[in-house]
Amino acid sequence: MLIYTLKRLGLAIIVMITVSMISFMLLRVSGDPAISLAGEGASSAEIEFVREQYGFDRPLIIQYFEWAGRAIQGDLGNSAYVKQSVAQMLRERMGVTMTLGICSLTFAMLLAIPLGMLAAIRPNTWIDRLALSISVMGQAMPSFWFGLILIIFFGVYLRWLPISGSDTWKHFVMPTIALGYYATPAIMRLVRSGMLEVLASDHIRTARAKGLRWPKILFKHTLRNAIIPVVAVAAVQLGFMLGGSIVIEAIFALNGLGNLAWVSISRSDLPVVQAIVLFLSIIYIFLTFMADIFNAFLDPRIRSS
Amino acid sequence: MTPTQQQQFDSGLGLDVVFPTPGQIMGQRMKTHKGFILGGLMVLIVFMMAIFAPYIAGHDPYQQDLSKRMISPIWSEKGTWDHPLGTDNMGRDYFARLVYGSRISLLIGFSCMAIAAVIGISLGLTAGYFGGLADYIVSFIITVRLALPAVLVAVAVVALIGGSTKVVIMVLGCLIWDRFAVILRATTQQIRAMDYVQAAQAAGCSVLWLMIREIMPNLFNSIVIVATLEIGRAILLEAALSFLGMGVQPPIPSWGLMISEGKDLMLFDPYLVTIPGVALFFLVLGMNLFGDGLRDVTSPEGRS
Repeated sequence: MLIYTLKRLGLAIIVMITVSMISFMLLRVSGDPAISLAGEGASSAEIEFVREQYGFDRPLIIQYFEWAGRAIQGDLGNSAYVKQSVAQMLRERMGVTMTLGICSLTFAMLLAIPLGMLAAIRPNTWIDRLALSISVMGQAMPSFWFGLILIIFFGVYLRWLPISGSDTWKHFVMPTIALGYYATPAIMRLVRSGMLEVLASDHIRTARAKGLRWPKILFKHTLRNAIIPVVAVAAVQLGFMLGGSIVIEAIFALNGLGNLAWVSISRSDLPVVQAIVLFLSIIYIFLTFMADIFNAFLDPRIRSS
Repeated sequence: MTPTQQQQFDSGLGLDVVFPTPGQIMGQRMKTHKGFILGGLMVLIVFMMAIFAPYIAGHDPYQQDLSKRMISPIWSEKGTWDHPLGTDNMGRDYFARLVYGSRISLLIGFSCMAIAAVIGISLGLTAGYFGGLADYIVSFIITVRLALPAVLVAVAVVALIGGSTKVVIMVLGCLIWDRFAVILRATTQQIRAMDYVQAAQAAGCSVLWLMIREIMPNLFNSIVIVATLEIGRAILLEAALSFLGMGVQPPIPSWGLMISEGKDLMLFDPYLVTIPGVALFFLVLGMNLFGDGLRDVTSPEGRS
């Protein structure tokens, strides 16, 4: 178990370093940051000044090491647009995005696990078909459009919920549904197939033959086994949702990381964009790492492979 | 690949026992698989729209007419048959924009898929065939790719390079190859271990021959299935990018862009947002149903 954990940890760190390089390079080579920072209509002397001021004239590799070295100490530089440190900005916005991500994941699980279970217990009935259509629709629905439809219906037509901002829990209801619905299909399909597989296995037949009551078989013997792969997928989905929150936050004007990223992108605030890409990647790597460890803890077979 | 005529066997009892060929079994499954037929039809409708756009549209999708701004669609009281889905803020016929928008979605969906397929298939095939170090490196690349938040990176890069249809295709194509690589890697591993591949190798076939002539044909199913799903994903991502203003640029009629342009007016005229959204949903749903159906009818054991 320890060896497995260390191996995973080593891999996670290497992935982290690679991701930091990519997020750094990607944003540097895809345009001249000096030109976009200097603003439209800047003279070549002004651009040159900005370039020297920010050190864009030095080799990329040196710029990277400088940036990475400070990033490790928690110093992500200063925003190029507002005079504030990037780390400070991230700290302020993180809470909203995390709340949204965790609420969405909870919503997705609350919808997906019971539906997946019911679909597996009664395959090829109306409940199975309902579960299937919810998952098929979830995969085809653009999440930003779903968000807008929710706004039109619940916000404007029924006037139940506020349509923008992040002040009270009510502000989180619609974004949670819009973002969480997107993660539902993957989890539900996995619960369904996992339950079907476990229900057909020998130990369930034994449990039934022994005369155990059905609820006990279902929750204690079946769900517990079927839920293992769901943990990994839930972690991955949470990572995707945090990354995808940019669209949802833009629609609902939630003041989180996604919104900050969008605003920063549109005003070419490179240090902030870089930091957010890095931050979300690291969270994803951390989540998948935790999921791996948790899975190995639950299922010894994974450790030895 | 499979003979279309039925194979006949003499049972020795004077009875002709007829076995259907694998192709016939597949054809039979296709005819009875509802999702496959429905999805195929939905995609076909959008294809027809894209191909015959100039004949169906009735109006120029770029033609602005400020005297005809915001005409309501036909189902509201003020609608006219001249503009069945109404007009937008600039007085452009919404139906024409919708019809022409199908071209953009399909163009982007298929081009991104093609780029993603080239990257993903090469990586997956290499990893699955060679195993060992190559497998380790490719798996690492896939992990790194998955760790990067796709939408955010796409938006940032498009914003820096400058949005255009070409840039969107390149950026998305380079971001969504992961599923190709993951699935092709697993499938190649399975086929690589089969006896006939070993036999071909023993007979002295070159690596390239083994990969392309022996293994690739058996990957075709997986490739087509992943491709249909990736087209749907690319279309949704393009719509999200265009919605954020970092994708296809105005005045090109893209469904995502149409939603973005209608967003500010949606409180009074929801049709500006609902219509292109339904179109997106329709196309992606069709693609996914078709892909899922294809997987069911082509897999040897059918739907399990």
